[in-house]
Amino acid sequence: MAFSAFATGTAKEQAPRRKSKIALLLLLPGILYLMLFFLVPLVSLVITSFQQPVPYGDIGEFQNAFKWENYVDVVNTYGEHIFRSFAYAILATIFALLFSYPLAYFIGVKARRWPLLQNLMLVLVIAPFFISFLLRTLAWKAILSDESFVVTGLKALSLMAPDAHFTGTPAAVIFGLTYNFIPFMTLPLYSTLERLDTRLLEAGSDLYAKPAMTFFKVTVPLSMSGIVSGVLLTFIPAAGDYINASRDFLGGTGTQMIGNVIESNFLVTLNYPAAAALSIILMAVILVMVTVYVKRSGTEDLL
Amino acid sequence: MASGTFAESGADLELVGIKKRFPGFTAIEHLDLTIPAGSFFALLGPSGCGKTTTLRLVAGLEDPTEGSILIGGKDVTKLKPFQRQVNTVFQSYALFPHMTVLDNVAFGLRRRRIEDPVAKAHEALVLVELDHLAARKPQQLSGGQQQRVALARAIVNRPALLLLDEPLGALDLKLRRQMQLELKSIQEEVGLTFVHVTHDQEEAMTMADTVAVMNKGEIEQLGAPQDLYELPRTAFVANFLGQSNLFTGHVASTTSTSITVDVEGAKITVPTKRAQRHTGEVTVGIRPEKLHLHKDEPKTAAGTNSIGPGRIIDVSFSGVSTQYTVAVPGLDNLTVFQQNTTFGPIAHEGAEVWATWEVDHGFGLQDDPGAAPRFPADTDTATIAVQKRRALKSELEES
Amino acid sequence: MTLQEGLAVSEAVTARKPASRRGARLGFGNWLLPLYAIISFVFLLIPIAYTFAFSFNDSVKSNIVWRGFTFDKWLNVCDQIDVCVAFGNSLIIGISATIVATILGTMIAIALVRYRFPFRSGISLLLFLPMATPEVVLGAGLAAEFLGAGVQKGLGTIIIAHIMFCVSFVVVTVKARVSTLDPALEEAGRDLYGSPNQVFWRITFPLLLPGIIAAALLSFALSFDDFIITNFNAGTTNTFPKYIYISAARGIPAEANVIASAVFLLAIILVLISQISSAMKRKRLAAAGG
Repeated sequence: MAFSAFATGTAKEQAPRRKSKIALLLLLPGILYLMLFFLVPLVSLVITSFQQPVPYGDIGEFQNAFKWENYVDVVNTYGEHIFRSFAYAILATIFALLFSYPLAYFIGVKARRWPLLQNLMLVLVIAPFFISFLLRTLAWKAILSDESFVVTGLKALSLMAPDAHFTGTPAAVIFGLTYNFIPFMTLPLYSTLERLDTRLLEAGSDLYAKPAMTFFKVTVPLSMSGIVSGVLLTFIPAAGDYINASRDFLGGTGTQMIGNVIESNFLVTLNYPAAAALSIILMAVILVMVTVYVKRSGTEDLL
Repeated sequence: MASGTFAESGADLELVGIKKRFPGFTAIEHLDLTIPAGSFFALLGPSGCGKTTTLRLVAGLEDPTEGSILIGGKDVTKLKPFQRQVNTVFQSYALFPHMTVLDNVAFGLRRRRIEDPVAKAHEALVLVELDHLAARKPQQLSGGQQQRVALARAIVNRPALLLLDEPLGALDLKLRRQMQLELKSIQEEVGLTFVHVTHDQEEAMTMADTVAVMNKGEIEQLGAPQDLYELPRTAFVANFLGQSNLFTGHVASTTSTSITVDVEGAKITVPTKRAQRHTGEVTVGIRPEKLHLHKDEPKTAAGTNSIGPGRIIDVSFSGVSTQYTVAVPGLDNLTVFQQNTTFGPIAHEGAEVWATWEVDHGFGLQDDPGAAPRFPADTDTATIAVQKRRALKSELEES
Repeated sequence: MTLQEGLAVSEAVTARKPASRRGARLGFGNWLLPLYAIISFVFLLIPIAYTFAFSFNDSVKSNIVWRGFTFDKWLNVCDQIDVCVAFGNSLIIGISATIVATILGTMIAIALVRYRFPFRSGISLLLFLPMATPEVVLGAGLAAEFLGAGVQKGLGTIIIAHIMFCVSFVVVTVKARVSTLDPALEEAGRDLYGSPNQVFWRITFPLLLPGIIAAALLSFALSFDDFIITNFNAGTTNTFPKYIYISAARGIPAEANVIASAVFLLAIILVLISQISSAMKRKRLAAAGG
C-alpha cells in the first residue's frame, strides 16, 4: 500500500486547483494583449535601437541594421544624464523612505485602535493621487519660485543667499521626485506595519533591548517586505520620470534626466534609434539593480 | 434527476472499489462501503485519513480515480454535484455572505424551481428554531446559529443523502454537545440518511448508529459504537477509540473457549470468540476502566487475569475517576481508571499493586505483531522525550 | 484637512492611549509621532490646496499671480474650449481603457488563483514586468511598434496603451480578492443545484465585485492621470495631462485648476462615503452579531 504517499498534505489543501480548458479561455485574451502591446514593443525597441539612418533619407527615416555603435554613442553623449537619473532616483527613494517610515508607523501601529481614523489618514496619504500629477508639480514650482514667500522669507532670514534659486536646481528636482512618489512608499510600508505583531516589540523590550535596539532589530526586519516593495515602487518610476526634471516644471538645463532625452530624441529630433537605445539601457540597469536589491534584501518571493 | 421534486425518503449509499489519487499522493486506496437508507452513519478518523475526500466524492466535488458511487441503487459516478440529490453541510458552513439567511436557505429550492421556495425555507428555519433571524446576513449570526442555518439550507432540499463535514468542529464544547443532540433529533424527525465525517470519537459514538473508523485511506473497522469500543479488532481502533492496554506474546495454551497468551511470564487469557487470531504471536488488550487495582496479591481465580506486582508511578485525578500508571517489570506501563467512589486515591505513588480483570473483558487483535507496525501510533511528547533520552544514552554508552 | 482638525485628531490619539512604559520613557510615540504625522499631512496637501485656491483666481491669461477671488472659472469652465476637449478625451480614454482592462484582468486573476496550467511562472512574469518597467520605456516601445507598423497615432493608440498598463494592476487587485474567496462557497452553490453558470453569476461574481470595482477605479485613476505613456502615443490628440504639459511653458489657465479640483473633490467624496458607510456597516454588524 502506498502509505508513504500520505506524507504530503491532505486532500483539502490540494483539491481546489484544477486543470481545465476554461483556464485557457480566461487567460488567452489578456495574455495575447500583453504580448502584442507589451512584449512586441520591447522587441521593436531592441530592433529600433540597432537601426541606422536611410542614406539620403529624411529626418526620422531609419532602416534595420545592426548598428551597435548606437549604444556607444548614446552612452558617450548622454552618460551624464543616465548617471544623473539614477543618482536623483536613489536620493529621492532614500528621502521618501525616511519621510514615510514614521508616518506609516504612526498610521499602521500607533493608530491601530481607531480604524476609522486610520482609514482617513490613508485617504490623506493618497489624496495627492486624486489631483493631476502635473498640476501638483506646477503648484510646487509656483510655491517655491523666486517670488514666492517661501523663498523670499528664507532670503530675508538669510537662510538662503540673495541671488540663489530653488526651482531649476537638482535639489528642486529631487524634492519633486520625493514628493510625487511618497504615497508609493507609504502605502506598502503601512500594509506591512499594520500587520506587525506589537507583542514582538514587547518581547524585545522584555528581553532587555532598548527601544532603539528593538526598532532596528525587530521592527525594521519585520517590515522588510514593505520596505522592499516601497523602494521598488518609488525607484522605478522616479528613475524614468521626466516631468519633475523638465525645464517647464521643477528642473533646469542642468537637471535633464534620461527620460527627458528619450522624449526629446523620440518626439522632437526624431532620432528613434538613440531613444530606443537609451530606453533599453534604462530598463536593463533597472532590472539589474532591482534583481540585486531584491536578492540582497532576501525577499525573493516578492513577485 | 427529475427537477422540482423531493426525494421520497433517505436512500442507501454504495461505494464500490473507490480509489482516489491526487497529484503526488493517494487519498483513498481501496474503499467498499454500503450505508443503509435512513441511518446515521459516521466516518471517524484522524486528519488526512481520507474521510473528507470520501465525502467530497459522494457529493460530486471530486471525481474518483476508480470505482463507482451508487445512491439508491443508481450509479451517480458521472453526475455533476448539482445533478445529485445529495447535500452537504460544510465544515466552514459556506453560507453565502452576500445573501440573507432566508435567501441562503431558499437557494437550492430556487435552483431546482421548486414551488413556493420562501415558505419552504421558512419551514426549514422553524425546524432549526431560527425563523426569527431570516432577514439577517450570515455574518450577524453566532457560530452555532450559522451551523443551524447551514443545516437548514441542506435539509430543506430533502436530499436522499445528507453529508456533514465536521459540522461541529468550529463550536465550543458546550454548544457542540447541544448541537449533537439537536442533529440527532432532526435526523430522527426527517428520516434522511446522514453521513457524518468527524475526527471526534465521542461525537461519532454519541450520534451515529454505525461508525466506520478510517485510517490511511481504508476502513479499519465498521460497526455499532459499542461493539467498536468493546471489541476493537486492530491496535489503531483500540487506541483511537478510547485507550487500551495492549500486550503481545505467544499463545501458550488453548481451551475450547479461550486462549492464553504468555507475555513475559504473565499469563493473560482471552475468550476465543473475542480474539481475532488464535495461534502464534498475538496482541491482546484490555480497556483501562475494566482493570481493578489491589494492594495485596489477589488470589488466583478462574475467569480472572492478574498482573503484578507493579509500582504506581503516576496518579492523576480527573473528577469522576482517577488514572493510575503502573510500571510492571517486563511489560509496558499499565493504565488503570478507577471510579472515585470514595474520597482520595486508593493507592499512592510508589505503592506496590496488582491489577486484575475479568477474562471476558479482554480482546485479541488481528494485527500481526511480528510485522512492523503498520501505522506508527501517534506518540505524545512525553514518549518522544523518553525515546530521545534513550537514544542519547545508548549513544553515550557506545562512545 | 485643516490644521485644527489635525490637532483634534492627534489629541484624540494621544489622550486615549495609555502611557506605555516604553512610550513614557522615550516620549517618542506620545507626541512626536502624531505631531510629525500632522506636519506630513499638511506637507502632502500643500500643492492640492494651492491648486484649489488658484481655481478661484480672477486670472487673465496665466494663473500665477493672485488677482482676486471669483467663481467665474467654475461657472464657465468651457470658456477655455481646449481644456474641456482635452478633459473629454481623458474621460473617453479612461472609461474605455477601464472597461477593457478590468474584463481582461479579472479573467486572468480568476485563472491564476483557480486553475493549474503550463507556463505559470512565465505568465506571472509577463504580468509583473509592465509594472516594473519605467513608463518612458513602455511609451517609447509602443510608439516604436506603431511607427514600424505605420499606425496613425490618436485616441485609439492612447486607449490601447492605457489598457496595456492597467491590466497588470487589475490582475493584482482582483487576485487578492479571489484568493480570499472560500472555494467552499462555490462548492456549496454547486451542491445546492446551481449550474456552473448560475454559480458564477449568483455567487462568484457578486463576491468578487468589490475587488473588481476597486480595480476599475484604480484603472481609471491611472489612465486619467497618465501623461508619459500618453505623450508618446497621442499624436495630435490632447488629453487633460497633455494639455497641462503643453501649456506649462506659457501658463496654465485657471480653468484647468477648476477641472482638477472638481475631479479631486469628487474622488475624495466618493472615498469618504465608502469609508464611512463601511465603518457604519461594521458597527451595525457588531451590534447585531453581539
